[in-house]
Amino acid sequence: MESEIAQITQHTGGVIGSAWLMIAFPLLGAFILLVFNRFTNRWGHLLGVAMSLASFVVAVLAFFELIGFGEGERRRAVELYSFIPNMNIDMGLLIDPLSISFALLITGVGSLIHIYSIGYMSHDEHRRRFFAYLNLFVAAMLLLVLADNYVGLFIGWEGVGLASYLLIGFWQFKPSAAVAAKKAFVVNRVGDFGLLVGMFVIFTTYNTLSFAELKPIVEENGTTLAIGLLLLLGACGKSAQLPLQSWLLDAMEGPTPVSALIHAATMVTAGVYLVVRSGAYFFPEGSGAALAVAIVGAATLLAGAIIGCAKDDIKKGLAGSTMSQIGYMMLGAGLGPAGYAFAIGHLITHGFFKADLFLGAGSVMHGMNDEVDMRKYGGLAKYMKVTFATFFIGYLAIIGFPLLSGYFTKEGIIEAAMEHNQVLGWLAVLGAGITGFYMSRMVFMTFFGKKRWVEGAHPHESPLVMTLPLMILSVGALFLGGYLVMGGTLYTFLRPAVGGDPTPPVFHFASVPGAVTLALVAIGAAYAWMKYGRAEVPAVQPRGSFLTTFARRDLYGDALNESLFMRPGQWLTRIAVFFDNRGVDGLVNGLAAGIGGSSGRLRRLQTGFARTYALSIFIGAALLTGALLLVGTI
Amino acid sequence: MTTQYLVLSGLLFAIGALGVLIRRNAIVVFMCVELMLNACNLAFVTFSRQVGNLEGQIIAFFVMVVAAAEVVVGLAIIVTIFRTRRSASVDDANLLKY
Repeated sequence: MESEIAQITQHTGGVIGSAWLMIAFPLLGAFILLVFNRFTNRWGHLLGVAMSLASFVVAVLAFFELIGFGEGERRRAVELYSFIPNMNIDMGLLIDPLSISFALLITGVGSLIHIYSIGYMSHDEHRRRFFAYLNLFVAAMLLLVLADNYVGLFIGWEGVGLASYLLIGFWQFKPSAAVAAKKAFVVNRVGDFGLLVGMFVIFTTYNTLSFAELKPIVEENGTTLAIGLLLLLGACGKSAQLPLQSWLLDAMEGPTPVSALIHAATMVTAGVYLVVRSGAYFFPEGSGAALAVAIVGAATLLAGAIIGCAKDDIKKGLAGSTMSQIGYMMLGAGLGPAGYAFAIGHLITHGFFKADLFLGAGSVMHGMNDEVDMRKYGGLAKYMKVTFATFFIGYLAIIGFPLLSGYFTKEGIIEAAMEHNQVLGWLAVLGAGITGFYMSRMVFMTFFGKKRWVEGAHPHESPLVMTLPLMILSVGALFLGGYLVMGGTLYTFLRPAVGGDPTPPVFHFASVPGAVTLALVAIGAAYAWMKYGRAEVPAVQPRGSFLTTFARRDLYGDALNESLFMRPGQWLTRIAVFFDNRGVDGLVNGLAAGIGGSSGRLRRLQTGFARTYALSIFIGAALLTGALLLVGTI
Repeated sequence: MTTQYLVLSGLLFAIGALGVLIRRNAIVVFMCVELMLNACNLAFVTFSRQVGNLEGQIIAFFVMVVAAAEVVVGLAIIVTIFRTRRSASVDDANLLKY
């Protein structure tokens, strides 16, 4: 079959042979920073950055070694050790075009965000702990994408969940942050349940969890459909897709670099990785599972965009946009090999421009005393020139301004969706239009218009250690998409890992959906200019229409969860507590009270009078003798 | 003959037991205990004579030895209690109770 993925070959030696160093460096960093805690306070952040950079260097070297192989030999498995011998599960790494793309993104963007965090967290007394968690995250994320089996993937999956939990709740003295961390953890458990059960079914069906031993399927049957849907549930949890989206918006309680690294660029894309990695096995083109992925993606891309329109908190607006963009990736991942390249391409470019936007937002907050309400910004373009320029590039990239990164990858997904399913395609076009509106709204409210600052705000440009990563990321936001998509560079590179026709799809600059998309984006941006650029932005949030409230409340997602799961759960606990208090406790306490009460009465028999005791002995002896006489054994 | 001895032994035992149960004076109680022991001795000796061996008489000697030892310990206790409480009543020594 033409879309067959390449065979996995065993590999020893070279940089790829020691690819485990990629994971080991940041893990070691986290270990040192957490174990020798206070002693590393002075240089801990530098160690964190160094470990991340070391990992990046290994990734780059491994990448160059990988492209030295022929196209059919670019899936290299590195055996590490036997993990669960009696189930034949070995731990190993799989270095192939897909995993190395992720590794480069994680370590590259991760290192930039590490550097940025030196400046951003400079006033925080727990900066060392912050870097420890960041390193832990990088290690876990690399394990997730590099593992050559589902068990390793799952360990990494849980590791990033842990790092995400720790970092969302990094300022745990804020109750909102602690609650948000807990919420993220709990919602992710639902997704993990799906992934775990999916793995169980895979193991019982195929008796293996290794990517090399699983065989690509052509026709799906009931089992593969079930596995696909379970894996999709896992992907939904990690990638904040409907219906498990609710944690991502609250996750913005964490420090901004965390939002950029974990909740925009890398961790939340793990779901896309899972779907693409399992694509040939459980999401074959045209299958029900793949269609489910695409539908979830299309629904989320609209939901996220609508939520993004109504948020006044700049980070929450960006979080809605992240949801929406990951929805695009999921849509692409549900289209089979043709969509994979664009999904991964969008994932990579999104990693750059969304990290750029988040770090830009962080830079704005840094200059505005951690104010996040965009209604209290306004006119900041003059005061933060570098931040504005980089943010604006990220903005143009995300709305799909022609020839910037987002344009190529998003158009690619829309076009692939059109070929597959017109309805999904047009939904994606609509989503792009809404993106044009809410991102323009964000830019106008923040950088243009009148100053609506609170008293005491002295906006200033951030130090170079923060603006340099912004500049590098915005260069990626400018050119990366074109480089990856034009001529099918990424498609050809990924083909051995994900399959697909030998000829890459041609990118059409002039197509009907493309033109409609651009028109809608322009209309959205113009409408945003009318409402938030030209007209004055009210400093206090207006009441808004029914639709605005709908979007502000995250499409009533929290209300739905509350009434469907939380309230019945609370009733259940109340019933259980009642049963425990009255039933179990009643039994135990009643028994104890009965024994206590009766012994209280019985002890009155101990009068202290020797003659009473003598009488009882006498009576006892008489009774015993009488009894023995009666039965006649004396 | 045997019956009369046994009836006497039973009467002595009953008098002793009754005395232990109803008298308050520790010395009297003590003597009643001795009476019970000696009632037993009488029964032992009676049976010994009827059966025709010496075992009962030997046990009677054992009982006497035990009774002598008991007198030593018991009188010492009674004297000590009397010294601290100025009373020889068994009902006054009733602290060890609920």
